[in-house]
Amino acid sequence: MSTSTTHARGVLRRGAVALVAALALVTAACSSGVSPSSTAPASPARTLVIGATAEPTSLDPTADAAAAGSQALLYNVYETLVKVDAQGQLRPLLAQAWDVSSDGLTYTFQLNPLAKFSDGSQVTADAVARNIARIKQEPVAAKLKTAMAVVDSTKVIDTDTLSVTLSRPSVNWLYEMASTAGIVMNPAGFATATTATAGSGPLTVTGWTPGDSIVLSKSPGYWGTPVRFDEVTFRYFKDPNAMNASMLSDQLDIISNLQAPESLAQFSDPSRFSVVEGTTNGEVVMGINNGGAPTDPSVPAGTGNPALADVRVRKAITMAIDKQALVNTTWGGHGKVIGSMSVPTDPYFEDLSGLYPYNPTEAKRLLAESGHSRLTLRLKPAALPYATKAAQFIAAQLQDVGITVQVEELQFPARWRETVYDRADYDLTIVAHVEARDLNTFANPNYYWRYHNPDFDALVTKADAGTVSDYASGMKQAARLLADDAAAVWLYVLPNIVVTKPGITGVPRDAQSLSFDVTTIARA
Amino acid sequence: MLRGLLLRLGILLASLAAASLVIFWITQALPGDVARVMLGDGASPAQLAAKRAELGTDRPFFVQYGAWVAGLLHADFGTSWYSTLPVTSLIAPRAAVTAWLVGGGLTVAVAVAVPLGAVAALRRRRLTGFVVSAGAQVGMAIPAFWAGILLSMLFAVQLRWLPANGYVPPGRDLLGWAQHLVLPVIALGLVQAAVLIRYVRSSFLDVLGEDYYRTARSIGWTRGAALWRHGLRNAALSLVTVIGLQVSALIVGAIVIERVFVLPGIGSLLLDSVSQFDLAIVRGVVMILATVVLVVNGLVDMAYVVIDPRLRHQERA
Repeated sequence: MSTSTTHARGVLRRGAVALVAALALVTAACSSGVSPSSTAPASPARTLVIGATAEPTSLDPTADAAAAGSQALLYNVYETLVKVDAQGQLRPLLAQAWDVSSDGLTYTFQLNPLAKFSDGSQVTADAVARNIARIKQEPVAAKLKTAMAVVDSTKVIDTDTLSVTLSRPSVNWLYEMASTAGIVMNPAGFATATTATAGSGPLTVTGWTPGDSIVLSKSPGYWGTPVRFDEVTFRYFKDPNAMNASMLSDQLDIISNLQAPESLAQFSDPSRFSVVEGTTNGEVVMGINNGGAPTDPSVPAGTGNPALADVRVRKAITMAIDKQALVNTTWGGHGKVIGSMSVPTDPYFEDLSGLYPYNPTEAKRLLAESGHSRLTLRLKPAALPYATKAAQFIAAQLQDVGITVQVEELQFPARWRETVYDRADYDLTIVAHVEARDLNTFANPNYYWRYHNPDFDALVTKADAGTVSDYASGMKQAARLLADDAAAVWLYVLPNIVVTKPGITGVPRDAQSLSFDVTTIARA
Repeated sequence: MLRGLLLRLGILLASLAAASLVIFWITQALPGDVARVMLGDGASPAQLAAKRAELGTDRPFFVQYGAWVAGLLHADFGTSWYSTLPVTSLIAPRAAVTAWLVGGGLTVAVAVAVPLGAVAALRRRRLTGFVVSAGAQVGMAIPAFWAGILLSMLFAVQLRWLPANGYVPPGRDLLGWAQHLVLPVIALGLVQAAVLIRYVRSSFLDVLGEDYYRTARSIGWTRGAALWRHGLRNAALSLVTVIGLQVSALIVGAIVIERVFVLPGIGSLLLDSVSQFDLAIVRGVVMILATVVLVVNGLVDMAYVVIDPRLRHQERA
């Protein structure tokens, strides 16, 4: 009997211990508490919920090398002097007009005198100048610094007039000023930019739950045309199927870009969904290690197969791949096949996909001619769905022309960046290049392409220094030269597949900028 | 007894210290350069060197480790390398989400497993007992993420009764919070229940063979009453141990379930930080998870010393 009593008491105590352990976690929940994202939910007609994939790690878009913050914040919360519209044209935003001097070196911007930051203070020429200085001097993403490097000096002429002098003429600079590098923040908010936004846009960030969502609310004193929603939520998904399920269960109004095109059939009911398919700036590229020596002594020489320095081998690889079949097999047939580092929305686009058409016989002949009929190459795709699927397809096709392919998937971004981008330790790789107008990466001998062609560099430099139309024709020549040289295998452009609930209008067909611009969107 | 408790406390502290060293060492040894990841494409070597100095990643290993441990003792997990926010402020709200999920999953698992396990034991030679046992076997074979996807497909996409995924903090919308947690908690709890049913069944079977149970039956108690009065309490002894150990399995399951249901918990934070190479967060999260598991196991160990006289005697011997 005594044993039994001890047992019973023991049971209770042990039960209590387990209960305490379990409740410790639960009570931790109560005490730490999640900060409420916003106050009472607004009525459904005045809210918009957008599903997105690339979640920012900070509310400061300029701190983020991956440009994820710009999708939700650019144009919606932060504004720029000029913006890229749905047709890819530059339009006035904070600057109502601008002049370029005849030598192409000095830009004079007339700011809109009405423009105000969300705290009510005016967007002055001095504030813009301080933002340019911030990008040049403070620790922000390196590619923004590169974009701003061409700026020599700024001069505040009066409250609404700013002149910017460049060290060399650059057409591309103004275009960069329409993107993340050109964001004009309230200088009073510089110090706290990672956790609180200080923009001049029609919306302000009122809730941020990392790992889940960013909530934007209408800015009451906005200086321009207000948006049509009281509250806009960007919800972030790592898994495309989860995003689809959320849309199918009516939790989302918009899928900003469908990540699994083969799942498009789920949205075929026109009474519940409408689908818009356009194009993006993202070229899916099979990069080739061209074997050129970097000019920067601190950049590693790279380890690639020397056979790839032979243009015949590169052409053979291009001709061994049936790009349309690849798109059909790996990306549900969505995405336009391309032949150079340019997308249809570029002002200098030319369809070069037919330059080296699929022809395995010719590919074999070129390989034999170059003396590389038995070649073994290391293909190191980023471990992302589109890239790994394409890698399998390509490995099989290259096998058919006598090239043995060893596929090694690299976790993205850290592993890929370290192996391919930093050390150029690869023969072939696959990743999408999502930045706009990124043809000029081939003019950088330190870039992981390890491509060096003085003729190409001269074309790019000359194009950037000319007028807007010179720029287009010059870059077109450069793109063609690159394609002739088979400096990489350009596979296809990632499609921009937007799924919306019926009645939602004004969603741009093509993703022309990094922003998912909600200022044009309305709900019937 | 005090000596036994102190010994186990010592073991717990030593385990925590060893865990911290291993965690720090492994994250340190990973390939990749955080300065490069943070600055992005086109950073110059000078910028990279400056960033490394700012982050302190160029200092000797034990200096970095010492600074980290000193911070841990003040609940300061350092600064996120990527977002420059304090890691503690990133972990705290997410730990809450995971806690709700694990707590709910544990509750569901126990609430389902105890009655069903009892049925499986009592009716082990009948069809119902067989069905429960077979069901538990099948349940164990179903991965939690698959259960999650199926539940989401059925109740959210087809029937549209519940949200497919996402999270609302309870302070903002209590009903929405509950609706968002129902499916993940069930997905996590049911799979754990399947594991627990087997333990409950065998514990009850042991009880059924005991003298006190036979005695209770022989003086006219019904099977149910005898099992309730004597069986449950005795079987609970081993169950509490198993449940304590299951906490770690639940946390692992929660990481997967958080991904399926897009819950901003500690598991999704861990996965995101790994892919961003934010080792400051990875270290913090792994250390917290290791601490929870070690502390729960340590408490179970210590409870034995307090409760079980035989263990006390062993200590003296």
